[in-house]
Amino acid sequence: MRPRHRLAAVLAAFVAACWPGSQALAQATVTIATVNNGDMVVMQRLSSRFEQQNPDVKLRWVVLEENVLRQRLTTDISTKAGQFDILTIGNYEVPIWAKQGWLAPFDNLPASYDVNDILAPVRTGISHQDKLYALPFYAESAMTYYRTDLLQKAGITMPAEPTYAQIRDIAAKITDKSSQTYGLCLRGKPGWGENMAFVTPLATAFGGQWFDAQWKPQLDTPAWRNAVTWYSTGLREYGPPGATSNGFNENLALFAGGRCGIWIDASVAAGLLYDTKQSQVADKVGFAPMPTGEFTGGPTWLWSWNLAIPATSKQQEAARKFVLWATSKDYIRLVAQENGWVAVPPGTRQSTYDSPDYQKVAPFASFVQKAIMSANPSAQTRNPRPYTGAQFVAIPEFQGLGTQVGQTIASTLTGTPVEQALRTAQSATERTMRQAGYPK
Amino acid sequence: MRSSRRQMLLATVLGWGAALLLFFPIFWMVLTSFKSEIAAIATPPQFLFAPTLESYAEVQERADYLHFALNSVLISVGGTLLALAFAIPAAYAMAFHPTARTRSTLLWMLSTKMLPPVGVLVPIYLLFRSLGILDTRSGLVVIYALMNLPIVVWMLFTFFKEVPGEILEAGRMDGARTGSEFWHLLLPLSVPGIASTALLSLILCWNEAFWSLNLTTSEAAPLTTFIASFSSPQGLFFAKLSAASTIAVAPILVFGWLSQRQLVRGLTFGAVK
Repeated sequence: MRPRHRLAAVLAAFVAACWPGSQALAQATVTIATVNNGDMVVMQRLSSRFEQQNPDVKLRWVVLEENVLRQRLTTDISTKAGQFDILTIGNYEVPIWAKQGWLAPFDNLPASYDVNDILAPVRTGISHQDKLYALPFYAESAMTYYRTDLLQKAGITMPAEPTYAQIRDIAAKITDKSSQTYGLCLRGKPGWGENMAFVTPLATAFGGQWFDAQWKPQLDTPAWRNAVTWYSTGLREYGPPGATSNGFNENLALFAGGRCGIWIDASVAAGLLYDTKQSQVADKVGFAPMPTGEFTGGPTWLWSWNLAIPATSKQQEAARKFVLWATSKDYIRLVAQENGWVAVPPGTRQSTYDSPDYQKVAPFASFVQKAIMSANPSAQTRNPRPYTGAQFVAIPEFQGLGTQVGQTIASTLTGTPVEQALRTAQSATERTMRQAGYPK
Repeated sequence: MRSSRRQMLLATVLGWGAALLLFFPIFWMVLTSFKSEIAAIATPPQFLFAPTLESYAEVQERADYLHFALNSVLISVGGTLLALAFAIPAAYAMAFHPTARTRSTLLWMLSTKMLPPVGVLVPIYLLFRSLGILDTRSGLVVIYALMNLPIVVWMLFTFFKEVPGEILEAGRMDGARTGSEFWHLLLPLSVPGIASTALLSLILCWNEAFWSLNLTTSEAAPLTTFIASFSSPQGLFFAKLSAASTIAVAPILVFGWLSQRQLVRGLTFGAVK
């Protein structure tokens, strides 16, 4: 072969390798986009059982980091590109996307699925006009974690239902910066799902809310000022250095490594902190409900990761089959058999909490259930509000808005006065809401 | 004599210092990949620990590394070849047959690199959807070629400018047409330049993450997507992420190491006349 012909042959082979190949059509290939966390990894691992039971379905997994996944899915679904057959999305997205007509409803669920076993607040969070548009894989609320040994050493007992003021007092007593023990760890990383997931229920507990009944932003009110002052002074005086870069994982690492005295965050951390493989303080973790403030009974924290099917999916039937399998009671039993009850996806089904086996290995189980049942995402704040959502505002603009305000509030940890930060946040929110055409 | 030795020593220390500083993150990543998840987050950081391969085992179990690596190779090589195919004639024309607007065309090409890619994400996504090339290697080859084209043209233009025009003129005097002038004179003279441009383009393609994350799902996903799948919002993941990153950067590191002489020669080509 002459050199030029050889070159042409190599190039042709290369182009052929780059071109998409034809796929076998006998099987329905279902592409699942999911987030990379422990429960989802277990689902991916156990999905081979589903494929064995359903040889006509082949699963393809796309596992991504949460923010990347959200951006990827939003681009795909809003352009109706139909790259995915199953989406892992939160209870923030489900009602908004369902309203847009982007998701397929889950009608006529079989009796064996026992939809009423799903905890009511979780079910409500993923419904639109009384129809389910996703099925929950796991759900969480928030809790207070503390180090029993540090409190004992300081001669303090954690109240059964602590208030934010009490938490600050305890944090002050157990902080010992010389031994890198920080009394209070909280999310400081800016973002609507990062620091604002904590600051929003904190403001609610101090009597605040994002918008009044006429959609006028309420961020420069005394309630927000008090809440953010508590947050900012608490973290600056008793928190770890560089708190503005700490999200869930960073705080988990700090607490699991013995550097935090108190940590208020998602209830899903309980299973990780009690796991001796992941936590150096597994035998010294105490827990209490999320603290309360001057206003009680308002919305607190409810997040669920759910499996939904985009309306554009060409594999509706196969996708539905998988979603029903992965969110069923049988799946929870399968995880319990394979990895033990402590590893089952929590927060979704009453039957999980009724299981004596689960109660035995998860001492925090009833706490988590109680926290989810009392999360009240649809409840009123001290003054009436025109939106729902516990630690977020269930409007499409909140992703951008929450992150912008989150950045301003994070700046109070590095020296910006609270008053000034809230004034900036208020005017930015007013501008965004005006541009978005509120009140609608 | 003494002062020149001191200068030499200072330069050596500075050189080693800078090299170690640049290398440290890679060293730490490799070290972390052999730690358990708890050891990976320990404060103060541990230099001495019981090494384990558990993160590598888990990474291997959860994802098909070879599939991602093959995609990375095909897409990077494809993107580089396509970019060179367009850039060599363009740079040739601009270096040897410049017009009044050549300079501004070059600057305009470079200015397109200043546009944040996210600004054109939706149009590109819609185009890809309409052409049916979402999650295909050919789609990524095209986007990578376009992404690197301005830099490749600029580098080649600079290298071609170093080739004395008289040599090409002499060729033309001897009856060489444009084609043979190009193949038999210009290309052999600028092989180091073309090679270093290709190497740089390969590295840029290999490390690109924005487009590969947004335009692929599973079939055409390269190693950058593979790494991204090990970052977790809830749960410890630093050791696993380090293991995934180590095996993802290993091929390009080895490749860079082997071709460093060519790379440096190309980058300094024509620096001293």
